[in-house]
Amino acid sequence: MFSIERWQEIFEALSKNKLRTFLTGLSVASGIFILVILLGFSKGIENGVRTQFEQDATNEISIWTNVTSKEYKGLNPGRRIQLTNESFDAVVNKYGDYLERKSPIYSLWGARVNYKNESGNYRVRGTNGDYQFIENADIGSGRFISAADIADSKKVVVIGNKVKKDLFKDEDPINKNISIFDMPFKVIGVYFDPGGEREESGMYIPITTAQKIFNAGNDIRSMEFTSKMSDNFDEAVALSKSVSEAIEAQLKQIHTVAPDDTSAVRVWYTLEEAKKIYSLIDTISAVFWFVGIGTIIAGIVGVGNIMLIIVKERTKEMGIRKALGAQPMSIVGMILQEAVFVTMFAGLFGLIAGLALLEGVGPQIDSDFIKYPQVDFGIAMTTVFLLVFAGALAGFIPAYRAAKIKPIIALREE
Amino acid sequence: MIQIKDLHKSYHMGSNSLHVLKGINFNVEEGELVSIMGSSGSGKSTLLNIIGMLDEADKGSYTLDGVSIKNLNEKIAAKYRNQFLGFVFQSFNLINYKSALDNVSMPLYYQGLKRKERTERAMHYLEKVGLADWHHHLPSELSGGQKQRVAIARAMASEPKVLLADEPTGALDTTTSYEVMELIQQINEEGKTILIVTHEDDIAHMTKRIVNLKDGVIIDDKVVDQVKAKVNV
Repeated sequence: MFSIERWQEIFEALSKNKLRTFLTGLSVASGIFILVILLGFSKGIENGVRTQFEQDATNEISIWTNVTSKEYKGLNPGRRIQLTNESFDAVVNKYGDYLERKSPIYSLWGARVNYKNESGNYRVRGTNGDYQFIENADIGSGRFISAADIADSKKVVVIGNKVKKDLFKDEDPINKNISIFDMPFKVIGVYFDPGGEREESGMYIPITTAQKIFNAGNDIRSMEFTSKMSDNFDEAVALSKSVSEAIEAQLKQIHTVAPDDTSAVRVWYTLEEAKKIYSLIDTISAVFWFVGIGTIIAGIVGVGNIMLIIVKERTKEMGIRKALGAQPMSIVGMILQEAVFVTMFAGLFGLIAGLALLEGVGPQIDSDFIKYPQVDFGIAMTTVFLLVFAGALAGFIPAYRAAKIKPIIALREE
Repeated sequence: MIQIKDLHKSYHMGSNSLHVLKGINFNVEEGELVSIMGSSGSGKSTLLNIIGMLDEADKGSYTLDGVSIKNLNEKIAAKYRNQFLGFVFQSFNLINYKSALDNVSMPLYYQGLKRKERTERAMHYLEKVGLADWHHHLPSELSGGQKQRVAIARAMASEPKVLLADEPTGALDTTTSYEVMELIQQINEEGKTILIVTHEDDIAHMTKRIVNLKDGVIIDDKVVDQVKAKVNV
């Protein structure tokens, strides 16, 4: 099996049959290549979606209120629950250690906004500085709301990129005044949002300013938090869930709501949603695996097919060799060794080409949904060996049969 | 060298049975140059294939150089073929992707010789057939006569006891045929036992003994005056 003489014989046969060698190699190499790319991109999609989703503050917790649905401690159902600065502060005091970002919100849909002759209706949200991170808004120019803006209830506004385009066209909006319900506000920043135009057609003002100009007193409409993330995703989900439930219980207690009233205080946390997305990713990668395994099976069938053809094509040669004194097993061994060598070599070539492509092109892919496509080297090697083994097995049966043919019959073969 | 007694062979094709050899008795001494003649279907090729261990007889005995050839398995048959026999075919049967030299050294590879030794010996036999200058050519680059001479060199390379040639001139024109026959005669002069199957009278008369086969039996076995191939060129 390992004699130099045999290898010389094999290399000679391979190099004298370049087209056949090339085609066999090509089919194996392309099969492995496709598999590597497929698995790589499956991983890429997984990475992409994961990053994408995590960027959007997967650990967000939103709390808003509604009317009560149950009678509690002598209070009638149908009572509207109103969140206030005090209830926000109470939550922050009690659970601040588990929360990363915290913001109260007072928002208004469809505020009339003017700049010179341009006007439009936009969502206006009163928030604090943390909200930029909860919403993942990127500041394009200027700055976001600061603590000082809130302390002094300044009439400043951060507008979305869509608002800027609508009202200012190509003009620089920073330090220009726009009017919201005819009250002048100074533009201090423009933000972009990964959520796109819908998210960008709004504006942020300091929470204190919002409460003042809309005569809201201490009232807030909702509160938003992000829970602390940990490296372990399941742990983070568990934390997010328990914090959400604790906050809900606390708020129900503050506002005298029945603990089992599901409509009065509503808490929604995205991590649970994230978990669903991740199970979707798992499904996607399962589908890719399925396709990948299908590709391997197709590759195996292809190699087997080529082996059949090679054996058929060489029947006469085998007859000649037998007439010259070749042992049957030496013929089987030669064909198999040749096949294993070609598939192994081509398989590794396809593997390396695929890995090189992933390494080379992967980092340059500019898509939100595909990031760092990569493939597990161990898995890739296993598939190469599987293909080689299956190819050898598929080749063995016809080679063995051919070696058993009487030389006189093999010689007659044209 | 070869003793054959009461050899029978039938071929079965579906329900039909074709009795090709019907009891052949036939001896060949060392150094003989024998031609086996007969029309097609007379069983001459079958006889040669059995002698060549490419095919097996149904009945009868066959002894080659004192070794009884029977119940051969593939392994032993391959070994005997390699040690005892050299083949020359009508259609040359050279391996088309190998050079003349590599074709000639092939039986030596199966004898387990080292590459260097193989090449030396193969070159020696190529020189003998006058094709040393063509050693690196592929069969497709050689003429029919050259191909057959390469095939003869290949058959000789393993230094067999008997050279078997199945219609060695069947695919060649007269001039080339005579050239090949001259080579065969020359090899025979050196003491090699040679069996030739042919249906051409002039070729048969270039051997020393003609065995005539008809319908599976030997009808005539006579020693003839050998015609030297050179005379006819």
